[in-house]
Amino acid sequence: MTSRTLYDKIWDEHLVATRSDGTSLLYIDRHLVHEVTSPQAFEGLREAGRPLRRPNAILSVADHNVPTIDREKGIADETCRLQVEALEANVQAYGVPYLPLLDDRQGIVHVVGPEQGFTLPGTTIVCGDSHTSTHGAFGALAFGIGTSEVEHVMATQTLPQRKSRNLRVRFEGALPPGLGAKDMALALIGRIGTAGGTGHVMEFTGPAVRALSMEGRMTLCNMSIEGGARSGLVAPDDTTYAYLKGRPLAPKDALWEAALAHWRTLVSDSDAAFDTEVVLNVATLAPQVTWGTSPQWVTDITGQVPDPASATTPDDRQAMLRALEYMDLKPGTPIEAIDLQAVFIGSCTNGRIEDLREAAAVARGRKVAPGIRALVVAGSGLVKRQAEAEGLDRIFLEAGFEWRQPGCSMCLGMNDDRLAEGVRCASTSNRNFEGRQGRGSRTHLVSPGMAAAAAVTGHFTDVRRLMGA
Amino acid sequence: MDPFTVLTGIAAPLLRANIDTDLIIPKQFLKTLVRSGLGRNLFQEIRFHADGTERPDFILNQSRFRQASILLAGPNFGCGSSREHAPWALKDFGIRAILAPSFADIFFTNCFSNGLLPVALPMEAIEALATVDGPLTVDLPAQQVRGGGHTFTFDIEPSRKAVLLEGLDEIKRTEANLTDIVAYEIRRRTEAPWLEIRVP
Repeated sequence: MTSRTLYDKIWDEHLVATRSDGTSLLYIDRHLVHEVTSPQAFEGLREAGRPLRRPNAILSVADHNVPTIDREKGIADETCRLQVEALEANVQAYGVPYLPLLDDRQGIVHVVGPEQGFTLPGTTIVCGDSHTSTHGAFGALAFGIGTSEVEHVMATQTLPQRKSRNLRVRFEGALPPGLGAKDMALALIGRIGTAGGTGHVMEFTGPAVRALSMEGRMTLCNMSIEGGARSGLVAPDDTTYAYLKGRPLAPKDALWEAALAHWRTLVSDSDAAFDTEVVLNVATLAPQVTWGTSPQWVTDITGQVPDPASATTPDDRQAMLRALEYMDLKPGTPIEAIDLQAVFIGSCTNGRIEDLREAAAVARGRKVAPGIRALVVAGSGLVKRQAEAEGLDRIFLEAGFEWRQPGCSMCLGMNDDRLAEGVRCASTSNRNFEGRQGRGSRTHLVSPGMAAAAAVTGHFTDVRRLMGA
Repeated sequence: MDPFTVLTGIAAPLLRANIDTDLIIPKQFLKTLVRSGLGRNLFQEIRFHADGTERPDFILNQSRFRQASILLAGPNFGCGSSREHAPWALKDFGIRAILAPSFADIFFTNCFSNGLLPVALPMEAIEALATVDGPLTVDLPAQQVRGGGHTFTFDIEPSRKAVLLEGLDEIKRTEANLTDIVAYEIRRRTEAPWLEIRVP
């Protein structure tokens, strides 16, 4: 048999039919559903009188527009409440497993799936959310879909697909102290651009990836979409299996052993061909900070805001000028001289326990700088509970951070966690688009440690200095 | 779904790169339970001031482009969030074809689910079409864009073309493969029994 990549292998295992028009029908093992991109899909099923094919292949939870404070009192915003109520009515009508808002297991869909063992190696996973790529950290082919496709999967448990190209990203070297997966992801996107992975599935390989925890791998795969790739992949290994073993929905006993034997075959063959290859050495990497309105506009903490005059084309120069105007930044300004008014630690990118530990290590014994509003939003109720068991909530609260209930929160500001016009924020989320965190707000993407360092100093600060590294 | 065959209409140039779906339809309009009515908030934050009044410099606020049915844009159109609200908003406004050098993958697929045609043309062609004074014709059967003396041909995958030309229901098409799906599920239950979900 010819050599195959990990993506090729998962693809082949899920091929239901090759149709006469050249498209492939791919089987979908797992489907995550949330309140924002599902109501029209359920409505479509209902209108067509179609049953939902496999309710148990779905895990549903409300995350995008839920309040992160006082949720015991209900959802005050009526449109948000109606959307959550619609989800609850739909999952009840169709018998879909659901994690209620006040359940400890509730949280961001991409934090909850892995936590529950719903996400497994070698599976196909979809969700009406572009950050579904997160689950690729387990060696699952996971990608975001539109609402029409959500309905398609509900009705048929399959999706018509065209095969993507294979892109291998090799991270060489060992990460220096104070740096993490977020810096790797941002540096990669800075290199290849926000459309660099379009039409590809990205497989992350190399010693720096092997050394990452599952949390770090999830951060890396989460950001694949910001580099244009619908999916990111990391081949499963003992780190993956140690994370999964004993999770509520993971296989047990003999089934676990059978699964494990199969999962160990889920690697790209050593001579498998990739259409595109990118190599980055992380040993010399510095903490990354975005300065523009696209994740590709990123630089080192030791760097400066770039000069549009350095752009290679007139279109690029125009785009940079526009970004700097929106961000209210002057070329040549040292990144460390940029003052902030807000800090957000959370999201499906960096809302896991390891992220909170990283931020807390910097916040410990320090105070949030005057004039800064700093939010910490755990990715799930279980992350929040774990953090509280470790005393991280006390560290954050004593430093002057707000300690919130789990949800997508200020990553996209569908609930009340929004930034006002002109407010500048260091954010551990994934998108610095115009208006993303609130109309006219200014987002800089950073790691959790860098966000905490910004919170306690009031401006961007090299986190390595605060850790004595 | 409405079929797409030949479209003749005004083309509005919005020649920025990386127009993301947050820009096309911001988060606050994602709280809807239906697909319709999003056109009034298309490009909300660059089309309107914070007080809701129009920004006169925005292309779709200029009288000749208010009836635009074609959008000309820069590369990587539709990047970011998977929200299908983006094509819903474009379609509800009246846009049926988007011409750009490249598109983000999820947005591209979402267009076909809604009878919208995304056409990939080189940036030079987009810029040439942006100077045309008068309507453009997007001819899907002939795979051509014509206007102002220009004719550009474009590629489209035959299966995508068929879906648009005939306005096919994708779920109905897949249901024709039901026996394949059932056979696959039976086989997988034996080969990979650990995939069966047992809700605890």
